Formats: sequence, C-alpha cells, structure tokens
Amino acid sequence: MHGRVKVKSTAQQEEEKRKEREKKLKAFVSARDAVLRKRSAGEHDEEALQLTQQLLSSNPDFATLWNYRREVLLQLETSREKDEVQKLYESELHFIEACLKVNPKSYGCWHHRSWVNTRLPQPDWTRELGLCDRCLSLDERNFHCWDYRRVVVKESGVSVEQELQFTDRLIGSNFSNYSSWHYRSTLLPQLHPQPAPDSASNTSPSPTASPQIHSHRVCEEQLLKEYELAHNAFFTDPNDQSAWFYYRWLLGRAEREEMISCVYVSRERERVSVAFSKPVHAQSEGLMLVLDGQPQQVEWRSTHPRLRHSPVWLCDLPPGSVSDISNEHNLTVHWTEKYTHRDCALYTGCAESWCRDSATDQELFRSELSVEKSSVLQAELQSCNQLLELEPQNKWCLLTIILLMRALDPLGHEKETLAHFQTLKEVDPMRSSYYSDLCSKFLIENTILKMEYAEVRVFSLSNKNLTTLCHLDQLLLVTHINLSSNQLLRLPPQFAMLQCLEVLEADDNAIESLEGLYHLPKLEEVSLRNNQICKLSDLESLASCTKLTRLDLRGNPVHKTANIDSELSQLLPLVTALSL
Amino acid sequence: MAAEDLPSQFDVVILGTGLTESVIAAACSRVGQSVLHLDRRNYYAGNWASFTFNGLLSWIEQYKNQQEVQITELEQVWRSLIDEGEDAVPLSALDSSISNLEVFCYASEEEEKEEEMKTPLSSFQPVNAETVSEEANGDSTEAHDTVTGDDTTASDAKTPNEEHEVSEPKEDQHTSDISEPSQSQEEKESQLSSSPADPPVEVQKKITYQKLVKEGRRFNIDLVSKLMYSRGALVDLLIKSNVSRYAEFKNIGRILTYRNGKVEQVPCSRADVFASKQLTVVEKRMLMKFLTFCLDFEQHPEEYQDYTEKPFREFLKNKKLTENLQHFILHSIAMVTQHTLTEEGLKATQHFLRCLGRYGNTPFLFPLYGLGEIPQCFCRMCAVFGGIYCLRHSVECLVVDKVSNKVKAVIDTRGQRISCSHFVVEDSYIRDEQRQSTAYRQISRAVLITDRSVLPSESDQQISMVTIPPLESSAPAVRMVELCSSSMTCMPGTYLVHLTCSSSGKAQEDLAPVISQLFHVSTIPGEEPSEGAEERSKPAVLWVMYFNMRDTSALDSSSYSLPSNVHVCTGPDDSLCSDYSIKLAESVFHHILPDEEFCPPAPNPEDIIYDGDGPQAEGPGFDESTNTEADKSLAEEEGNSEPAEMDSVTQQAPLDMTPASEE
Repeated sequence: MHGRVKVKSTAQQEEEKRKEREKKLKAFVSARDAVLRKRSAGEHDEEALQLTQQLLSSNPDFATLWNYRREVLLQLETSREKDEVQKLYESELHFIEACLKVNPKSYGCWHHRSWVNTRLPQPDWTRELGLCDRCLSLDERNFHCWDYRRVVVKESGVSVEQELQFTDRLIGSNFSNYSSWHYRSTLLPQLHPQPAPDSASNTSPSPTASPQIHSHRVCEEQLLKEYELAHNAFFTDPNDQSAWFYYRWLLGRAEREEMISCVYVSRERERVSVAFSKPVHAQSEGLMLVLDGQPQQVEWRSTHPRLRHSPVWLCDLPPGSVSDISNEHNLTVHWTEKYTHRDCALYTGCAESWCRDSATDQELFRSELSVEKSSVLQAELQSCNQLLELEPQNKWCLLTIILLMRALDPLGHEKETLAHFQTLKEVDPMRSSYYSDLCSKFLIENTILKMEYAEVRVFSLSNKNLTTLCHLDQLLLVTHINLSSNQLLRLPPQFAMLQCLEVLEADDNAIESLEGLYHLPKLEEVSLRNNQICKLSDLESLASCTKLTRLDLRGNPVHKTANIDSELSQLLPLVTALSL
Repeated sequence: MAAEDLPSQFDVVILGTGLTESVIAAACSRVGQSVLHLDRRNYYAGNWASFTFNGLLSWIEQYKNQQEVQITELEQVWRSLIDEGEDAVPLSALDSSISNLEVFCYASEEEEKEEEMKTPLSSFQPVNAETVSEEANGDSTEAHDTVTGDDTTASDAKTPNEEHEVSEPKEDQHTSDISEPSQSQEEKESQLSSSPADPPVEVQKKITYQKLVKEGRRFNIDLVSKLMYSRGALVDLLIKSNVSRYAEFKNIGRILTYRNGKVEQVPCSRADVFASKQLTVVEKRMLMKFLTFCLDFEQHPEEYQDYTEKPFREFLKNKKLTENLQHFILHSIAMVTQHTLTEEGLKATQHFLRCLGRYGNTPFLFPLYGLGEIPQCFCRMCAVFGGIYCLRHSVECLVVDKVSNKVKAVIDTRGQRISCSHFVVEDSYIRDEQRQSTAYRQISRAVLITDRSVLPSESDQQISMVTIPPLESSAPAVRMVELCSSSMTCMPGTYLVHLTCSSSGKAQEDLAPVISQLFHVSTIPGEEPSEGAEERSKPAVLWVMYFNMRDTSALDSSSYSLPSNVHVCTGPDDSLCSDYSIKLAESVFHHILPDEEFCPPAPNPEDIIYDGDGPQAEGPGFDESTNTEADKSLAEEEGNSEPAEMDSVTQQAPLDMTPASEE
C-alpha cells in the first residue's frame, strides 16, 4: 500500500499541548520577574522594551508593563534626535497593532496607543483612521475602538460631513448597530443645526428667561431625510430597536425651559408654595422672595422630607406679614441662577392667590415628542399606521404611534391610545406594568388638561386602571381629588405637593402606604374604603394633617388590629367621623 | 517523457479529472485506497477547467483539431494483452461533449504595422454575433482571421465531431486561430480606420486584442460557470474534508437582474433591503415578511397548502406581493421558472436565504482563479494521501472478466495492463456502443470579455450574479456571472462574463439576443459606440466565445451497458451550484466503499507524523486504546510510506498542471 498518512492521536496532541503550555508559562513567569526587577532597579533601557514586548505580546492586558514601557520611552526620548523619536514611536505603534490582533478589546493597548500618538512628533492620523475602520469592520461594536476613533477624529480634524458619511456606511452595512445611529445623532446637530427660534414665538412669561440651548436639535429639512432613513430601517425590520430609538430621538423635543411655573400664597397659613418646571434643590438654587419690595429671609423646605429634589417648595412668611385681609400684597419669587422670576399679587379680601402658567399654555404633555409642525408629525403618524397595518403586533410601532398621537392631539386620540395600550400589554406581557404606568401617566396628563380647560380645581380620575400617580406638582391647586376604583398601591411622598387638597377619595384601590398624606394643611376628608392598609403605623402620617376630621377606612385589613378604635382616636384625636 | 512504468495494481483507477472524479479520487485515497487518476488532456479538471486567455485559445485549437487517432495500431497492442476468458471494452478517444464553438473578436488590434495595410476597407464586412452564423464562409470569418494555410488543415482534418455540425459554424471555428502570430491584414486595416474616430479619453482606456493576448495570463476562464452556495454541498464538503485550505474564495458582491430593459440590483439581504432605492417602504416590509416566512415555511403549512399543486408564481401573486417583488423572488432569489411548483419554489427561496450572511451579503462564493481550482484541490488532497496522477494519459480499453462480468484491469494508452477493483470514468470517454440512452441535454454557454460592468457602482471590484428572465416566453432563462479582475480571472480593466442556460438550440442562438440587450456589440472590431447615450452606457464586448456543452446529468447507471464496477460520472449539469456533482461523487464512493466515511476531515499538517518525527510516532509502549483509526493504519503501514516523496508530488502536481509521474 502506498502513502498512508500517520496522524497523531488526541492523547498525543493533548500531552504535547500541555507540555507546550507549561513551557510557555515558565518562560512568561521568568520574564515577568526579570522585568519587575529591572523596573524596581530603575533601569530604562532597550532591554526593558524588549522584555515587556515579549510579555505584552502574549498578554496585552498587563497594565503595569505598559506603564513601565511609557517610563522607558520617555527616558529614551530625551537622548534622541527627532527622527529617531519618530521611529521609536512608530515601531511602538506597530507593536500595539500586533497586540490588538491578540486582544482587540484590551484597555491597555488602546490607552497606550492614544498616549503614543500624543508623543509622536508627526502623528499619522490617516493611518489611525484606517486602523479603526479595519477594527470596526471586524467588530462593529468594539467600544474601545469607537472611543479611540473619536480621539483620532478630534485630533485629526476630520470634517463632520465625512463622519456623517462614515455613519451612512456603517448603518448601510448593518442598521442594527446602535453605535452608528448614536454617533449620527451627535453629528447631525453640528452639521444641520436647528435655526434659533425667533424671539416673537417665545411666549415665555419671563422675558429674562435663561438662554436655551437648542444645539442638539436638527433643522427640519435634514430631519425629513432622517425620518426616511429610519422608516427604511423599521419597515425592513420592525423588531430592531436601534432605528426606533433613533426615530424617537428625531421626534424628540428640546428640553423644557427652566422656569417657575406657579407661585401660591395662602393668607391664613402665611405660607408660599412655589412650583418649578423640574425638580430642584431650592436651598442651593439661589431663590429669593421679595414681599412688597422687601427681600425676606425665609427657609425653604420641600413638601416631604423624603424629597430632596422636588418641583414644589414651601416657605413660611414672617408672622403677621400677610394676615390682615384688608391689605394687598405683592410677592415676587426670583430664581437668580436661571435669571427668572414670577410675581403674585394677593388682593384685598382674598384668602389666597396664585399666579401660574397652565398646563395647556405650556403644552406640557406633548410627551417627549417634538413641537415640529403638526403636518410633519401627521405624516409620520401615517407612515407608522401603514406599518401597523402590516405588523399589527409590533410593539415598537404601537408605542411610537401612541407617542405621535400624544404629540399631535392627546385628548382627540385618547380612545385609540387606550386601545393601543391594550394591544401592547397583550403582545408584550413582559412589559405590561411599564405600559400600565405609561398609560396612567397619559391619562393623568389628559385629565389635567381637561381640568384646566374647564378651569376647575377638581381632579377626578376614577375607574381608569391607574397603576401609578405622576405630575402631582401640576395638582398644587387642586382641592378635590377622586382616584377611586383604580389599581394604586400607594400615595407616594409626592402626593404631599397637593397643598390645597381638601377632599381625597381613593376607594377601591390596593393602597398600602399613605406616605404622601403628609402635612396637607387643608385636608379635611379622606375616604380609603376597600384598600390594603394593614397596620396602624401606616396611618401615622395622617396625624400631620391638622384639619382632618373625616376618615373612612372601611374594608381595610387594619380594622382587625386589637383596640383599633382607641388606638386611632389616640393617634388622630381630631377625627370626628371615623368609619371602620 | 520517461517511460517509467506505473505500478500494475490499484484499488481504483479513475479516468477524467472533472469535479466528480476528483472528489471520488480524494475520498478513496483519503480512506487508504490506492488510486490511479488519469486524464487524456494535458490539463486538469476536464470540462470544469479554467484557462488563461492563451490557454483557452489553444484549447479552442485543440478542440478543432481533435481527431480519431490511429486506433488500429494501438489496438493490436492491447488485443494482445487480453487473456482468455476476458472481454475488451474499448473507450472513446474522442471528446464530443463540446459543440458549436464559435469565437468573435471585437477588440481592436494594435496599429504597430500600419504600413502593411493595403487591403481596401470595402472588403471588410461588419460582423456581429447575430449575423455571423448566417453568413456564408465569406468575408466575415476571414475578417476575423486568419492565415489561409490553417483553413486547409482544418478542413482536411474533418473529425466526426465537426461533421455533425452545420458548415457555417465550422468556418467560425477558424476564428479560434486568433492566437496565430500573423494577423490578417483586413483586421488591422479595420482597426486603423476606427482608431482615429475614438474620443481621446477612450483611446487611453481601450483594450486591444494584443493587450488581451499579452495579459492573457491574468485570465482564468472557466468552461463551466457555477457559484458556490455558502451552505451548499460543495462548501460543506470543502470544509468537512479540509480541502478548503487549498483554495481562496471571494464573495459574490451583489445579485442583479435584468428587468424592463434595465439592470437592477436585487435586494436580498437585510442590508440590501434597507438600502434599496427601488422599493417603497411598504414593499420592503412585504419582502422582508415574505422572506422571513420562507425561512421556516414548513412551520406554517396553512400559508401555502392550497398551492402545493400550483406554480410558485401563483402563490406569490396570491400573497399580494407587488410586481417588483414577484420578479425578484421568482427569478433572482428562488431562481425558478414560471412553472415550478410552490413547495419547490419555497425550498429554493429558503436555501438561498439560509446561505445569506454566512460569508457575506449574498449567498454565493466564488473560488479565486476560477472554478477549475476546485477539482484540482481535490486532486491535491488525493495526492497527499498517495494518489498517483498522470495527465495526457488515458485508458484504451477495459478488461472484463467474462464470468463475473466485472472489470479486472484496464489497458492504458501506453499498452500497460493495470489491474483494479473499480474503474471510475467521466461520461465523455464512453463510446456510443456502451450507451443505452443518449437522451442528454445541452448547456449553452457564452464567455465574454467586456470593458466595464453591466451596473457600474462605487466599487468596480465586485462579482455580480445576474439573473435574466426569458426575453420571450419560449426562450430559456439565462444566468450570468460577471467576474471582476480581483477574482483573479481577468486582467484589470476588463470583466469576464459568463452566460449559461439550458439549450434550446445552438449556444449562439440562445445567448446572442441576451448579449445584444445587455452589451454593446460593435459592428466593426474596435469601433466605439457612437450613437446615443444609451449605447454608451452599455459595456462593450471585446471578445466572445460560444459553445454548447453536453449535459449528461439526466443519465444514470441504467443508461450504460457496462460492468457493475465501472462507475460513470455524468455532468456538469446546468444548475448554478455543484451539488449534483458532489452528491454523485458521494454515491459513487459509497458504491465502491459502502462502509467508509466520505471525506473525513484531513489531519492538520502539524499533526502528521513524518518518519523519525519524535518518539511518540511508534513504539510498543504506546497506549493503543486511544489511537484513532488513522493511527492504527499508521502502525500497520509503518515503513512502507515515503511521506517526503509523496509530499513533493503533491506540492507540484495539481498546481503546475504538470503530470506528476511523467517527468
């Protein structure tokens, strides 16, 4: 027989490999020890470079060795001509490249590379860009490379246009790579910034409003192109989230202007409540209260001790300063850090007064979506509806449609929105709680809008499957609230922002905690039938509501507590009408 | 040529080095069979071969001059070797698998010898692909060539092959003499006349015929045009057997289709669909949705069960896909005909999709340096495991034992009797007397050298696969592969275009209409298109060759009256992939060796033990229980093999195309 080939057996191979490994390990350890000895002896010579090179090529994540290398290089640099320095560092770059082939995600390598480039007399940025491109073509999500690339782009002055084309290319080859979409979102506002809004359209009541930064917005012409790009992606693969997130960013709007949205004064309590457009920490925000031209020394506190950052802050006026009902007072709250303020006049004969922008004026609840022309949003809604027809179960599409509808006309689309939420919960049961919370938020927003259109201080949202409460800062002036027949689990600390609340109905929920019923100065009547209040201690916060006289606790587990009657009358001595 | 005798005994003798035979050779050799692998040609791979431009010109020449050798003389030799109780079954010395070969050149000649031009222009008649075959043996063919002396030799040597052709194409075959150093005067004249008319920009770019010849080595022109599905039988086999290490591959960059008079890109991958400009977003969704369904269509029988008896085309219509999408799916993705049934169409689509993304954005790979590399890779593998190779060496006849009716030996063209237990042979070596059925089909082929891509894009280095649906309902669907120079099959600045379809007639009749739709075929060699922009936008054909290749893939063992240990390899078939040939090889292998594994992975070179390579290679103390099968054979064969020598055979043979044992 001719030419049989003999092959090593698995056992032979294993044995050989094991020996190989042992040999390698021995060599590595002895080289490592030698290097560390050299370093502690303060030797900075070529030999050190060679030794570290050996070690790093087999283990590029040995940070100490990179540090030592840098020391050596800096030392060698001092004794060399410029050309030689260039050569020295160029060979260093070659070496790093070899290391990156071993581990393209080595922190040490990438960091060292950045450092070498800062030392190079003539860095070759084109080469570095090429390296990044190669690296990203092998692994488009290598964030080390993305980071390094940003450094290279910045240093070499690659134009934003070119970078945008770079993202075009990457997205073209794989649109599921969110890195490229995100990079795009940082480039577009630089290349196609939104023109600054003309002052005429700025309806802000405070002309001294702080200068707003619009730099992360994109001009409309480019936006339309980007919408199309996103359409292409999510029509091709509607289950891919990258494009949807990018789309949400495109549709997103500028951050709300920072301002004082409401000032409320109560003569009886001699107290001022201030609502801000976002949660703040009042003590450090440079707040100043001026009463009838006189700056007042007041102490600001949030509505609940657990809220360190809060959109609503309170302060007590000096005793007697506004208590005379026949006097008129002018009050101004200055937010010096943001160059904004709000006035409030307390007229003769009035027990209270307020000044504010209503939610309808501010279009507060156009969700996260933009203030673009509604025709554009309308077209986008049409596109998404078209997709929904083809993919009735697609959660991203459903969610985006909901957001678009809210941006366009939250009240007009309420019914469809609720239906879409229902579908969402069915097709994506894992996130049904998220959808319920989101739906609650939208319903609350809608109810606030309706309340404001009706110009009443009664907030009623019963039997709507609410799972959470939000926007409570918007309810600062509400006197009556009805939250019955929902699925609420608690009245959160934020509930204490309802400084004007007199009557609370929250029957038929699953409320366990009443934390938010805290120092509500006007609260007289609370109905909490059929909830989950179990312990007497859960009711403790009610003791801080000094006007509370009527309390209905029927259908709560707490009635089983021993001596409940006497305990309660001890805890809440002022409550006269108690139902258990 | 050293008249060194071959060993007189082999397990398997294989005649023909096409893909199927080469795979069988590798598989047999790999499991320890002794293999003698012969081919009567002076190149590897038979009809699967790839040629340099000049090599192809010689092939054309060779084909034309093919003739019956003096059988009688040889016959006496082998008759004398037949013993009592034996029959001789002679094989055919003629290869009649190629027919209707025609060559036309449209590239201009260089004007070096312009002084010699004397012939009046009027004698030159326009030649184009459509008119030539109708023309008499007149100006047109002469215009293309050639030295008259050659004409006579050609017509004297009338081979049976040529006889069953009509006379005109035979004349055309003389155009294959293009490679002759002395060019016809008319031809040069024509270039001269056309050259001044060229726009200055084009002059620079223009590729002359001389240039093609000069750069001929850069071409690797396949006789068979096939691509490799990235999850097809061939790729699987290359990987499984480790033969892939002998070759390099390039992705097909894009799938194109010809539609409404335009070449368009077919969006097939996710990235393509995303980037496509021809599709509306709704179409994108419909297409993606349909393709996603096809990926696991078996899971949703309710979607198609009403259509199992109906054509795939109707199913697509029913799915409310737009015209656009129906075209893409039917012709370019499933690549089936109007009549293909739904389930088959779905399967084809599924196969296409499963192949996507394994190596690139299309399902296809192409071997660098041409498809002819692949059979050679398997030959190399066979040689590594001890197979012996001889080119220009054939088998005269089989020696059949009258009692058992089995082949016991073969007699080669040098009159040596070589005994064997199995004989594998390519179909073209079989004489008609041994055929029960001659119901083979034909494949129509055209090979073009063009000056630009049918769809220029950012990158000019893409391989494109182009599907061309039937231009008329009676015409066949044509498959076109456009190779760029980085595929190492053509010189820079040119494209090598292969057209293939199952024949309804002569290759030229089948394919010329398609070529004239997609390409600019000049009427005068070297002439630049002068008409409207439309013509200018088409690539110009510099050179074209037409031929028909016999497609024997429909035949099986019942088609031949041959002993049971003779295995005939049919093919290549007309499909896009090589699965047919690989499956055939596997089934022949299992006939020969029912209990052996087909092409198990070859060991890594570093794991091969050479003589004296360490103490663990042998020795009684070695733990036998852990030995692999290969190792056991090692123990048995110890001392017999000479790996060093064997290796040197391997290194050279398949690559240099030199017959290994004939030096």
